[in-house]
Amino acid sequence: MIPRHLVIGTAAMLAIALGMSVYLWRMRGRVPRVEPAAYSGPIAPPVSGPTEQVTLYVADDESGMLRAQAARIPLPAGRQERAQELLRALLGLYLDKLSPHPLGPSAEVRDVYLVDPGLAVIDMNAAFADDHRSGILVEELTVASLVQTLSANIPGIARVKILVDGKQRETLAGHADLSGFFDVSAVNQMVAQMQNAQ
Amino acid sequence: MSGSFAKHFKMAVSRMRAGFLVVLITALVLCASLLLSAPSEQKRVSIYSTAANYTLSVIDRDHRDYVSLLEVLEPLGKVSGKTDGSRWKFRYNNVDAEFNAGKTRARIQGHDIDLPANFLLESGRGLVPLDSLTILLPRFLGGPVTFNVTARRLFIGNVSVHFTAQAKANPPTLVMDFSSPVNPMIATEPGKLRMVFTHEPIVPPGSQTLTFDSKTIPSASYQEDNGAVEITVNGSEPLFASFSNDGRTITVTAAPQTAAQVAARTPQPQLNLPAITSPVQPAPYTPSVSGGAATYFAVVDPSHGGEERGAALGDQVSEKDVTLAFARKLRQELENRGVSTLVLRDSDATLSLDQRANLANAAHPAIYICIHAASQGTGVRLYGALLPAGGENRGSFLDWDTAQSAFASASQTVEASLIAELQKKQIPVRTLIAPLRPLNNVTAAAVAIEVAPPENGISELNSPGYQQLITETIASGMVAAREKLEAPR
Repeated sequence: MIPRHLVIGTAAMLAIALGMSVYLWRMRGRVPRVEPAAYSGPIAPPVSGPTEQVTLYVADDESGMLRAQAARIPLPAGRQERAQELLRALLGLYLDKLSPHPLGPSAEVRDVYLVDPGLAVIDMNAAFADDHRSGILVEELTVASLVQTLSANIPGIARVKILVDGKQRETLAGHADLSGFFDVSAVNQMVAQMQNAQ
Repeated sequence: MSGSFAKHFKMAVSRMRAGFLVVLITALVLCASLLLSAPSEQKRVSIYSTAANYTLSVIDRDHRDYVSLLEVLEPLGKVSGKTDGSRWKFRYNNVDAEFNAGKTRARIQGHDIDLPANFLLESGRGLVPLDSLTILLPRFLGGPVTFNVTARRLFIGNVSVHFTAQAKANPPTLVMDFSSPVNPMIATEPGKLRMVFTHEPIVPPGSQTLTFDSKTIPSASYQEDNGAVEITVNGSEPLFASFSNDGRTITVTAAPQTAAQVAARTPQPQLNLPAITSPVQPAPYTPSVSGGAATYFAVVDPSHGGEERGAALGDQVSEKDVTLAFARKLRQELENRGVSTLVLRDSDATLSLDQRANLANAAHPAIYICIHAASQGTGVRLYGALLPAGGENRGSFLDWDTAQSAFASASQTVEASLIAELQKKQIPVRTLIAPLRPLNNVTAAAVAIEVAPPENGISELNSPGYQQLITETIASGMVAAREKLEAPR
């Protein structure tokens, strides 16, 4: 024989549990569901303020050379942020339909890190390399353009490393070697020869 | 009484704990063994016929091998399959068949046949037991098939490829002649060279193990498994394979000796090249001390290969195929001019950049030429190495990334000769330096050649006439470079 107070207590607890469940169910229906926002890549802070004149070294497939092109772009105060904005401005030119050196439409600069002494690490997204055209000259032009633009506008950069999606990659698209560091003086020499080549 | 109960209760709890512990440990061991066990290799069956040679995945159902009948017959003719409840109606060319899911009885052209295990129907895909192919295929194809069930290799008709292997003494060489062209995947490891044939209907020789009267290449073995044939050549030295006779002959030789031995046959002026252990010498070439045979030897490296296709040069053409065609022609032109040549990749094989540099350095060539092809621009572009920053040589050990630095002037000499010859033939030429491996790892005069199409368009890149013009000119340039390289002596 179960004591009466136990039966009453159990029944009361079941009733409370049932009531709480119904209450929770109704509350759940009333609260609007918040969907996570779609994230498609690193979000750069908006850049505003006075513009500055910079020199972008733009690859030209037709001539197989780099063209120095003056541009006015808003640049933040920090060196690292300036480096990022410079390369984003350069990539903006390549993503244009009439670009002299088209890159894949989803190519992006993920980040640029300036590591002392004199080392810049450029981190590009995977689409930059995956959609890049394959060929020695066409890949060399891209590498030279990135390194030359960065070193010409940010003083003190002596070496550049290019990562893809945060990782080291053997080649850009089967040819240009990305496994090592690019010595800025050697790239200058490479660009000089490129400009003089007949 | 109560003391005895407590004692028994404690013992029971102790036993339960021990039991629980045993179960827990067993579960952990099982989980660990499951996690640590390597994933089993995907089972495959290879089918060889006059129409096509192909490989299909084998599906495991109830510890039995199954294969999709539609996939087996699709490359051989017109196929269609239709599901009607548990029935599967299948048609190959004009042959009708009907299978029932979960049943062994099937009907082909009105005749009942019994499969060795149940027919399975999965998402409209008819699966038949693998060993039933010997019963089914003759009825669909109207001819006999030979099925090696253990190795999962099925031969339709008379499609066998036979081979013979013969060892030669001087230099130690194993010559393997095949009755049809072959294109195996080749891998080397110390003392072994493995050739894996997936798409070739090679049949076993008389004995699975072949022995030769050679200290350098004493034996070779034949093995077939999982739809492929593996021929392993055993050697006392690192081995190297080269192809000839349109892919019908594979010649296996000892890799490091190849260059010197081949070159020794060429009566050319003396030129001894520095080994990798003497990189600090400022001049890349020194006169032969021994006064031995000539060693003017070229290594031609067709870039890319295997799964690495390189640039797409038009809709159907890959860079890897164009570079191989150029390399073969260049070898021919060089040998016509008395320059012994080693082509690093003479088939659609995958070679890493490090492997290419290792093979080239081991051969001690006078000139290393790496061939690329591109759709951009016209004419020929010549590239020297853009050496990366740093690099420190320690004693006789060279820094791998800057190994080319001691040979930069020799590379420029070769470039100058090539430019002169290309200009003579009025072929547009441009010289550049590029971050292009393995140029910077090569301990010889090293130049990369990127061949672009002529003015008439990209289709000409693959034309024999254009390839002949370019390779003749490059070969002349390489011969001219020889004289310039010898001049300081």
